[in-house]
Amino acid sequence: MSWVNDVVQGILLGGLYALFATGLSLAFGVMRFVNLAHGDLAIVAAFLTLSLTQKTDIHPLLALIIVLPGAFAVGYVLQRLVFDRAVGVDPAFQIVATFGLGIVIQNALLKKYTADTRGLDLGSLETASIKINDTISIGWLPLITLLSAIALLSVLALLINRTGLGRAFRATSDDLDAARLMGINVRRVYGIAMALAITSVALAGVFYGARGSFSPYSGPENLIFAFEAVIIGGLGSLWGTLAGGITLGIAQLLGNHIDPQWGQLTGHIVFLIVLATRPTGMFGKGDAR
Amino acid sequence: MSAPATVRQSTTTSSIFGVVALGITALLVALPWWGSANTQRKLVELMTLLALAQMWNLLAGFGGVVSVGQQAFVGLGAYAMIFFVNVHKHDLFWSVPISALVATLFAIPIGLIAFRLRGSYFAIGTWVIAEVCSKFMITRKQLGGGNSISLQVKEYSKETRADLVYWLALVAGVGSVLVVYLVLRSKLGLRMQAIRDNEDGARGLGVNVYRTRFLVWLIAAFWTGFAGAVYYIQKQTILPTGTGGAFSVVLWTAPIIFIVVIGGIGTIEGPIIGTVAYYFLKDWLKEYVEWYQIGAGIVAIVIALLLQRGIWGSVKHYLGIGDLFPVRRRVER
Repeated sequence: MSWVNDVVQGILLGGLYALFATGLSLAFGVMRFVNLAHGDLAIVAAFLTLSLTQKTDIHPLLALIIVLPGAFAVGYVLQRLVFDRAVGVDPAFQIVATFGLGIVIQNALLKKYTADTRGLDLGSLETASIKINDTISIGWLPLITLLSAIALLSVLALLINRTGLGRAFRATSDDLDAARLMGINVRRVYGIAMALAITSVALAGVFYGARGSFSPYSGPENLIFAFEAVIIGGLGSLWGTLAGGITLGIAQLLGNHIDPQWGQLTGHIVFLIVLATRPTGMFGKGDAR
Repeated sequence: MSAPATVRQSTTTSSIFGVVALGITALLVALPWWGSANTQRKLVELMTLLALAQMWNLLAGFGGVVSVGQQAFVGLGAYAMIFFVNVHKHDLFWSVPISALVATLFAIPIGLIAFRLRGSYFAIGTWVIAEVCSKFMITRKQLGGGNSISLQVKEYSKETRADLVYWLALVAGVGSVLVVYLVLRSKLGLRMQAIRDNEDGARGLGVNVYRTRFLVWLIAAFWTGFAGAVYYIQKQTILPTGTGGAFSVVLWTAPIIFIVVIGGIGTIEGPIIGTVAYYFLKDWLKEYVEWYQIGAGIVAIVIALLLQRGIWGSVKHYLGIGDLFPVRRRVER
């Protein structure tokens, strides 16, 4: 019955992927912008949390009180000063600029922290778990990660569907010029969207850093998983992102069960099958093409 | 009544440059007789990089297809070459074009899947597929699994081998320039540039956008695979994963993008200038790898956001020089 455990752990892992994917999905939904440095920014958050905990001896999850508002500010400033110039231009330049940012981040981290792999120390929380039966137990950390993802998605769904800001998000996404004519400050809307995207990926980065080890080169892998979760779930669907993340998590752990070398590969294959047979994903609205 | 119009492509500048280019090519072909072994080795690296850059530029700059996964074809070409030589004991040099064909064959299913995505998502999609290729290679025990493997060649003396690799690299590098030039002057090139300038307009005039892009994708895969195979003949050892691996985005696609963007995207001259600039800068700053990469990243960001013309585009704009490679059509009356 150990495969049942794989499915359970896969669902929990999916929570982490959903956290990574939410920001990517949000930025694309609001401004058709894809940030190739998305995963690298998560790793920046993990390293900053590491530095904070080493300097002040506070718990990594407590450090989030500083890291998350910081990420929000960084996201807003990054959008206003840099990314704004890349919205709406030839995607080639968007890709080059954000890819370049990723390279800068990786090498700056390498310079500051060397290529060693690190981990965030959560103390007893790292091993604490709820034992269901002999083969299945649920770790508190993965559970908190999954619940955070659900909470984040709920808050975002409420924000998008119920608030004025959400209405501005939807309006700029649907028709940029009309939104402008209605007096929406598009640059501010974009800034807030990117700020939320970076905040969510920073949260993902800290959970990722606590779950296992990370190095300056860990960013691209997370971008790829986030992207796979978005496509499997379906572009433009917030809850689809969670479903996509969970599907990816389950696929990876079942593949891993068969042969450790096939873990990630199985996840990739599921992604490719979805892309080949149903490019709009599980809950997509059909705009991938 | 207006006089009958003629369509011209070449200019005086381009005709003069054509003669110069032929001279340079002749000198390069004869290099084994007048240059040092070290220069020859360095040129192999430079020429393979040039080939990769030209192909990425053909896709991104002219075809509007921005891939971040070209390392897939570098790795596939290189591993196919090792497979033919080590496992099947084929001739080292014939295995290069065959390996390029293998890379092209792989490009068909890869393209069929990746072309379901557009723009930035297409870019990440190709990256994922390159990652899949590298993970798949780990499962191939015959080709070293996850470990590095050496090329095993018994025939040819060391000197003959060095010369032959060099000439193959010239075919890759100079050939890539020629291929891009010829493609752009052909009907295919006309379609590509029409799509780039106005996709809907081109479609309206009967251009099959999908087929045009797919064809360019295959050409790029062939030449990228060719360059990958040549590069790894000189390198002699290969590894699938990690930042130094054959499928590494940092090792291949990052410098290629930098080269094309700094030189001038969407021009044939740009990647040539970019390759030379990149190569000498890298050699000059090799003690400071991280700072160099940081600088290169910042330059790429600045150019992409502010001075999208790059070096060649700016030179052309401010000095008023014509195209060295005439690929645009002008109507003269």
